[in-house]
Amino acid sequence: MAYSDKVIDHYENPRNVGSLDKADPHVGTGMVGAPACGDVMKLQIRVNDAGVIEDARFKTYGCGSAIASSSLLTEWVKGKTLEEAGAIKNTQIAEELALPPVKIHCSVLAEDAIKAAIEDFRKKTVQAPPADHEEPRRLSA
Amino acid sequence: MSSRRPIYLDYAATTPVDERVAEAMFRFMTFGGAFGNPASRSHSFGWEAEKAVEEAREQVAALVGADPREIVWTSGATEADNLAIKGAAHFYQKKGRHIVTVKTEHKAVLDTCRQLEREGFEVTYLDPEPSGLLDLNKLEAALRNDTVLVSVMQVNNEIGVIQDIEAIGNLTRSRGILFHVDAAQSTGKVHLDLSKLPVDLMSFSAHKTYGPKGVGALYVSRKPRVRLEAQMHGGGHERGMRSGTLAPHQIIGMGEAFRIAREEMGAENERLRMLRDRLWEGLSTMDEVYLNGDLERRVAGNLNASFNFVEGESLIMALKDIAVSSGSACTSASLEPSYVLRALGRDDELAHSSIRFSVGRYTTVEEIDHTIALVTSAVEKLRELSPLWEMHQEGVDLKSVEWVAH
Ligand SMILES: Cc1ncc(COP(=O)(O)O)c(C=O)c1O
Ligand code: FES
Repeated sequence: MAYSDKVIDHYENPRNVGSLDKADPHVGTGMVGAPACGDVMKLQIRVNDAGVIEDARFKTYGCGSAIASSSLLTEWVKGKTLEEAGAIKNTQIAEELALPPVKIHCSVLAEDAIKAAIEDFRKKTVQAPPADHEEPRRLSA
Repeated sequence: MSSRRPIYLDYAATTPVDERVAEAMFRFMTFGGAFGNPASRSHSFGWEAEKAVEEAREQVAALVGADPREIVWTSGATEADNLAIKGAAHFYQKKGRHIVTVKTEHKAVLDTCRQLEREGFEVTYLDPEPSGLLDLNKLEAALRNDTVLVSVMQVNNEIGVIQDIEAIGNLTRSRGILFHVDAAQSTGKVHLDLSKLPVDLMSFSAHKTYGPKGVGALYVSRKPRVRLEAQMHGGGHERGMRSGTLAPHQIIGMGEAFRIAREEMGAENERLRMLRDRLWEGLSTMDEVYLNGDLERRVAGNLNASFNFVEGESLIMALKDIAVSSGSACTSASLEPSYVLRALGRDDELAHSSIRFSVGRYTTVEEIDHTIALVTSAVEKLRELSPLWEMHQEGVDLKSVEWVAH
């Protein structure tokens, strides 16, 4: 499998590897995939009171394209609002990294991961969800 | 030649042609050499080529303890497997249409069996034990009155385990069933004496034993006599079993490669075992590294290990300075994790994390030591990136997690 230069760059110098405290109320955690499938992606965001993502971290078990997709995504979401981050499409990731067709799902995984992290954050915060957000509000510590 | 080529540790995929073999081959191609058609009976160009082909047949036969008349040239082990299995199944189909093989066979055997199933044959695919070896009782239980052929490889290409083909052959002989063995990975690695072994058909390939790609042979036993239906029709070469003008340069290459193997395999295997054991000693100091396949009943040059919590394809990517192979890729991509490891009952996670290292004639101690260092740092790096490793460190039982499979 030939990888694009961008995939190799992210793979060799992954950005924002690590973990945030998942108990922190400002942190949202998304974990998608399954070991049996050969890919698991964990993406975490720290959101400030203005609803802006201040920090993002990832850990990925999967192929080089999955690692690159999650690394790229952490760069992209920093400084974005939850709405902006939630609007990122896997096709943008795939295009940026020049992923071949068999690797498109690696970018899908990254999109799923940020969506899951945002949802987790929304579930656990007192912060008012945006108007179009249907989920019941829940109070937590 | 680039000075920074990766370290080659994929001798089970193919081997380079030995220099001595390449030199011998070159004498059978150009106008100044013996370029004749071995089937030309009317002039010395043909006789010369034929003589060399017959000498090569003797070399191949000598390595495996066969009579030269029992060796049929083919284009490789894939063709030999096809000829053996389809040829025997078709020839003996009036006796029965049931075949027994093993799930860890090479695709050349498995896909040939699938084709026979489409033609109305029945095939039983046996599960090996977790060690990769076949339980003879399970084989015996699978045999039926209409079983005509059993096909079991001797040395597995992925995990290197060696099946007890003598015991299997004794069983099939006692039941009047033909026995085919894919021995593509055996030559030069395990001692073979077909004059004593109860084997009816055996496939060989040149390119796994420092010969050229694109040539192989099928052993077809004369005592007891085994008949085959030809798969390739034409000029009636190879006693009608395989038509097509012989390729002397390829055949001479295989003969020379097998001659060298016979002379050098004793010393070579000792050296390979030392290198392989050194590699395993170095790698197994890491946590959560597992050997795949039996350690004792295994060829000297093979090491197949799983690096838990690290995905194989990303590991291969980190190991760009080493040429190794991994049967793994996530199930969403077109590749499945190794079917061989799955047949051993390995967890999917471990099947996804496997790497095959195969050492050979040109591997050095320095390369092994460098490999240990590279693999160790790659595994450490990827584990730092792995959420599974983190959970394992935190004491989470991964089996108890509800995964969001996609
Ligand atoms: C066990 C086994 N059988 C068959 C083959 C196919 O051999 P060939 O490449 O000569 O067709 C191989 C090698 O790929 C092998 O390892
Ligand atoms: S995660 Fe499946 S191939 Fe990349």
